[in-house]
Amino acid sequence: MADFLQLTVSGLGTGMIYALAAAGFVVIYKASDVINFTQGDLLLLGTYLIFFAVAQVGLPWSVGVAATILLAVAVALAIERLVLRPLVGEPVISMIMVTIGLSSILRSAVSAIWGPAPRSFDSFLPSGDIAIGPAVLAADRVLSIPIALGVLAALGLFFRYARDGIAMRAIADDQQAALSMGISIPRVLAVAWGLAAASAAIGGVMLGNIVGVTPNVASIGLRVFPVVILGGLDSIPGAIVGGAAIGLLEAYTGTYLGHGLNLVVPYLVLILVLMFRPYGLFGKEIIERV
Amino acid sequence: MPLLELRDLTLRFGGVTALAGLDMEVRRGELLALIGPNGAGKTSVLNCISGLCRPGSGTITLHGRDGERHALHRLPPHRIAALGVARTFQNIELFRHMTVLENLMLGRHLHMRGGVLAGGAYLGRQRRREIEQRRQVEEVIDFMNLEPLRNQVVGQLAYGAQRLVEMARALTLDPALLLLDEPTAGMNAEEKESMARFILDLHEERGIAVLVIDHDIDVIMDIADRVVVLDFGRRIGEGAPAEVRADRAVIDAYLGRAPNGAGD
Repeated sequence: MADFLQLTVSGLGTGMIYALAAAGFVVIYKASDVINFTQGDLLLLGTYLIFFAVAQVGLPWSVGVAATILLAVAVALAIERLVLRPLVGEPVISMIMVTIGLSSILRSAVSAIWGPAPRSFDSFLPSGDIAIGPAVLAADRVLSIPIALGVLAALGLFFRYARDGIAMRAIADDQQAALSMGISIPRVLAVAWGLAAASAAIGGVMLGNIVGVTPNVASIGLRVFPVVILGGLDSIPGAIVGGAAIGLLEAYTGTYLGHGLNLVVPYLVLILVLMFRPYGLFGKEIIERV
Repeated sequence: MPLLELRDLTLRFGGVTALAGLDMEVRRGELLALIGPNGAGKTSVLNCISGLCRPGSGTITLHGRDGERHALHRLPPHRIAALGVARTFQNIELFRHMTVLENLMLGRHLHMRGGVLAGGAYLGRQRRREIEQRRQVEEVIDFMNLEPLRNQVVGQLAYGAQRLVEMARALTLDPALLLLDEPTAGMNAEEKESMARFILDLHEERGIAVLVIDHDIDVIMDIADRVVVLDFGRRIGEGAPAEVRADRAVIDAYLGRAPNGAGD
């Protein structure tokens, strides 16, 4: 029972970090239909930027987090402005292919600057343990859950109420109508990339604290795909539920079924879910009448 | 001075010439009908004006409220909308997953200021602005009699109601020029009549210049101040409805050339 509680919390903790990265992916998909393969690399960038800010420059952690988010947003805006905006109006598949290329560039840039060896910095999330009954929970994992949920809730509110958020929904719904209503697509794209980078950077900061600073973070970023496919490509609540589901599945299968299986089982569940709900758990069903 | 001038406008899609050196103008506050057989280039004219198509050559000039001249053929669609040019579409383009009210609020989107953070926090000035925008939307809802539908999701509305919502959304932009692409398409006689009524009202009460395309010649001849006739991307006739009705070239374009001696 204690094991189970511990696994649940650590699974949810990891899952919420997946959800943060996935939410950024969803934002970009909602605004532009682009499947963004750089999402995992933005997460990677986040962990190295916080390492750079806290350990190499020596900033206090609060300033370091702010600097990390700002730098990550700056990188994303540069990508949007220099690489993607010239492609507006081209087939979406071109943009998707470009994000695959960008993904390698970002990853190589990170290892060119900081080297391939793992780095570390003094974690600034509380590192103690919290005892609940017989279970002993790592405080940083527990804490990552409310942090991530807070960021995700803010994103959800943004889509519901903010002008640019509503503009994004409008563009996703009907691009022609959005244009004729005076919505600027370049502006909305820039905001989408900025938000995606910000949420990935926050996820990266938490990963840096919990897992450490290694190039492997990018492979954690790949978990974004089962998460968003499970939750639905265009749903923020779906990202949360999908993140939690994948995180929990990994934690349970790794312990109860054996290490190694945790890498496979999430995908098996994914296939099962897709057989019954091809748009994911919360995805918008697209019904084409011909 | 006219509100909008189109000069020598040409638009080609591959080998098809949609517009071939079209000249026309929309005068301030007039209700201008654009008619012509299928494929004459009517919708292309609207698409060029609203920026969804870039003309290959020629100019489109809007004489704005501020007395400035705006070269619409060089502006992106969102800037054109901001200058007070609103439109509806032939195959209704609404935000189908949103409610009627949300669709209309989007029309006020342009008039909102304040960035991501202020919008997210929904504080102070932002809140007052939202209330002001809301008041203007309520006015349009009243005007178009959409009160009973306001909280319904647009995708579930009847076809005729969707057309009204689309026009209402265009009105929330507070346009100087309204482009209507077949507003009565697919409607029954009763719906057509009420749509014609709305078009006349918004034109007369609000002084909005309207450029309307429609296939229902009877309706359009009833309400238009002036008619421009297109065929093969060229203007082949222009004038008051009665003149156009009697124009030989127009009759030929619509009915085919009459066999000799058959008369009218």
